[in-house]
Amino acid sequence: MSAVAVEGVWKFYGDYPALRNVNFAVEPGSCLALIGRNGAGKTTLLRIVAGFSRPGKGEVKIFGLPPRDTQARQRIGFIGHGISVYDELSALENLVLYARLYALEDPRRAALEWLERTGLERSANGLVREFSRGMRQRLAVARAFLHDPRVLLLDEPFTALDDRAIAVLQRLLREALAAGKTVVMSTHQLREAMELATHVTLINRGQVAFHGEATPEMAADPSLIYARYGEG
Amino acid sequence: MRFFRDVWVIALKDLRAEVRTKEAVNGSLAFALVILLIFSFAFDAQEDTTREISGGLLWIAFAFAGTLILNRSFAREIPNDCLDALIASPVSGAALFLGKAIANYVLLLGMELVSLPVFSVFYNVRWMGQYGWLALVFLLGTWAITVIGTMTSALTVNIRLREVMLPMLTYPILVPALLGAMQLSMQLMAGNPIGPDNVSWLKMLIGFDVIYTAVSLVLVETVLVG
Repeated sequence: MSAVAVEGVWKFYGDYPALRNVNFAVEPGSCLALIGRNGAGKTTLLRIVAGFSRPGKGEVKIFGLPPRDTQARQRIGFIGHGISVYDELSALENLVLYARLYALEDPRRAALEWLERTGLERSANGLVREFSRGMRQRLAVARAFLHDPRVLLLDEPFTALDDRAIAVLQRLLREALAAGKTVVMSTHQLREAMELATHVTLINRGQVAFHGEATPEMAADPSLIYARYGEG
Repeated sequence: MRFFRDVWVIALKDLRAEVRTKEAVNGSLAFALVILLIFSFAFDAQEDTTREISGGLLWIAFAFAGTLILNRSFAREIPNDCLDALIASPVSGAALFLGKAIANYVLLLGMELVSLPVFSVFYNVRWMGQYGWLALVFLLGTWAITVIGTMTSALTVNIRLREVMLPMLTYPILVPALLGAMQLSMQLMAGNPIGPDNVSWLKMLIGFDVIYTAVSLVLVETVLVG
């Protein structure tokens, strides 16, 4: 069974089709880099896969379940453009909150463990509004990984991250892939993405222009994909 | 069981965030007191007619000031895209809604409790001993404001002019509940008990709360996800 299956997905904004008959599947343990120019439809697609919005036509399955199914949501970890943590709560309170929402057995222990894994253990009780940008980003990473999701959906995960946060995220993603987790990430940072990607999907004006395995020559020259399959 | 635990977690989170920032409660309380003060200049508190309509003035103040709390309910989730994380979590839309509604309810009741003594002084209100019934009317009327306001807060969360849209959507829907709460409050403050003359207002208020709570719980998932 595919970890993520996108079948004939269309999405309309008014009459404009933001996504047009998108089809692909991601197998467990794979890392898919979703690439395309600004406005191609990557974020729209990722939000549909995450269950934030419904497709106009077609369907998405997460391990055979619709994304809005409670079990499917338990399996998804999402990093979007925002950090999705509360400024007025402490780092520990934020992670305990999400651990409770994901019904983890020992929310506090899980939160402390992830604060340690992201190098934030000394700031556990500090309010997020007092954090530096890098610390906030690492907390966002901890939030997404906290419940041990089987599918990680990342929207431009490396954008605006500082070096330490990029290193933390890449290490965690490698560990996740080694553990058989599935990663789908939309990105403009092809070099960082190609270090992890096993598959590539190029979205061009809402359509899949290319979907296939990442090859060594793509990793050596990521712009090759655009040159070969993009608009040029 | 998980549903009620999620409701509790969401309500506690909202209350904790509000206690830390006090941005909605302070504004709402100040607004309620200002409205009551301005109305007290407009109407002579010694006149019987003023005392007769004071229940209506009170609910107008609560409804206006309450929107400041309700506006923040889902808008609080917008900075840092926290709403995405809540929607992505296994928490049901209904639990998310109910948790937020309960937090709003507590905040609204707090604002009302502080406003009531001020109202008593400004309008020379003599509470005529109908405390139990009055408490019931306040609880039901406040829940009506809460449930409609929380739902419209969810509806308008992604709209740029949500501060304008929320009252425009909330007040027309609230009219029957506010009418009921005003009528009952005026009667009870005048010392008239709930009887055959006015029990229909109470039934209507209860019906309003039950129906709109049920409708909101059913529709909120569609409102949030589409």
